[in-house]
Amino acid sequence: MRMLTFAKRCTKEILRDPINLAFGLGFPLVLLLLLSSLQKNIPAELFDIDTLTPGITVFGLSFMTLFSATLIAKDRESAFLQRLYTTPLSGFDFILGYMLPLLPIAIGQTVICYLFAIPLGLTVNINIIYAIIGIIPMAVFNIALGLLCGSIFGVKQVGGICGALLTNLSAWLSGVWFDLKLVGGFFEKIANVLPFVHAAEMEKALFNGNFELVWAHILPILLYSIFITAVAVLCFLRQMKKQ
Amino acid sequence: MQEIKTVGLVKKYKNLTAVDKLNLEIHQGELFSLLGVNGAGKTTTIKMLTCITKPTDGDAFVEGYSVTKQSEQVKRLIGVSPQETAVAPNLSVKENLELICGIHGFSKEKTQIRIKELSEQFTLDAVLRRKAGKLSGGWQRRVSIAMALISEPKILFLDEPTLGLDVIARHELWDMIRSLKGKATIILTTHYMEEAEALSDRIGVIKDGKLLAVGTVEELKIMTGANDFESAFVSIVKEGAL
Ligand SMILES: Nc1ncnc2c1ncn2[C@@H]1O[C@H](COP(=O)(O)OP(=O)(O)OP(=O)(O)O)[C@@H](O)[C@H]1O
Ligand SMILES: [Mg+2]
Repeated sequence: MRMLTFAKRCTKEILRDPINLAFGLGFPLVLLLLLSSLQKNIPAELFDIDTLTPGITVFGLSFMTLFSATLIAKDRESAFLQRLYTTPLSGFDFILGYMLPLLPIAIGQTVICYLFAIPLGLTVNINIIYAIIGIIPMAVFNIALGLLCGSIFGVKQVGGICGALLTNLSAWLSGVWFDLKLVGGFFEKIANVLPFVHAAEMEKALFNGNFELVWAHILPILLYSIFITAVAVLCFLRQMKKQ
Repeated sequence: MQEIKTVGLVKKYKNLTAVDKLNLEIHQGELFSLLGVNGAGKTTTIKMLTCITKPTDGDAFVEGYSVTKQSEQVKRLIGVSPQETAVAPNLSVKENLELICGIHGFSKEKTQIRIKELSEQFTLDAVLRRKAGKLSGGWQRRVSIAMALISEPKILFLDEPTLGLDVIARHELWDMIRSLKGKATIILTTHYMEEAEALSDRIGVIKDGKLLAVGTVEELKIMTGANDFESAFVSIVKEGAL
């Protein structure tokens, strides 16, 4: 119950920030619109709305990292979190309270992306549901990464690292904008070691009903999610102790 | 039993000793003021007593519970108004108060009753629906203090509560603190000597993390041979341990 009270507060804090909403929702939607209209003039398979949309939903998740990291870093810099440290909230109440609200927000963002893509020509079928459910492990990864960054960086650093670096990383290394195979070499290897391209490929596979392709991608995503969550929990608890 | 007892409490930051082997006893129901110049170690002491900061050495006991080993129990007993105003900026004043009630496990009915009581005491009615972060400094301060009181703590820590309050608000807060006397044990820090004099049952003076003197206003005056409390404080701090 305590945890839910705190989670409710975090939800309000995130959703009441107009910049959050503008970026988190606006940016992916604008990209969808731009790239799909680009495709109409210069046909490229990659920007076909059925290929593009699953990739964009994965890219949109990087904003979840930004949201959670910003909120936690801000809280840590204000006396408010210190005050809460004197209340019966436990370390795990804080961690869950910070992470839980972002899951429905991430799913909501994915749903909105798909809905937005329908008038742009998206094929409507049951697979959309699978793609939406399938985004959860990658959402957990992004949210945990936010907890990690928020626990070790200050507000300004979070802006740079999560706002600029991570969103670009997830954009370039997800194979949404260009075919990684065409670039090949080292770049492709790096991309394959990181979870972004796997998430994008898995979402595409789910959306297009190629379920046999899912397994190769879900494993690295799950491993990354579990690993980053564990590290984030440790880092959060450590900074809480080190006041 | 002492409500609060510190035993050789030490806090070191690298090579700076913020609190130095502090031995302090605070009785149940009393208002104890911790006085000292800037950087004396008042806030650090409060942070250790409220389980925010881990002591480097020694321990402190709140109702017999160790702040290092039984912080869960300690946290259920205390209310803290930090030196810096601490409110959730994007929540309304009412939501801020509800948050603290929720964390302390109050029922919906009790939460509403407490909010009503506190908004009367702090005249918060007019601002209940406004975002806390948009209020003036003094009003945020009132909200911050109300958040410390709303859980009906047995032990209340007020770190420079009247900082930034206007004269009227300050006197109202004094009245409120007086009305809590006997019901709760209160640990207060302040730089206003008249405030300490008006409210305290006993006063402890610290300097460089060390406790220099403890006693009632009268006792400290007699100890130093001063006529007024401010001179007593000055001579304790200037002459060091008595
Ligand atoms: N997190 C920290 N890291 C390093 N030094 C610290 C930290 N917190 C406090 N100090 C140092 O510990 C000493 C005591 O600080 P403290 O905040 O307890 O003083 P104070 O008595 O509350 O002063 P004030 O009246 O200005 O609030 C100071 O020298 C301060 O610089
Ligand atoms: Mg202080």
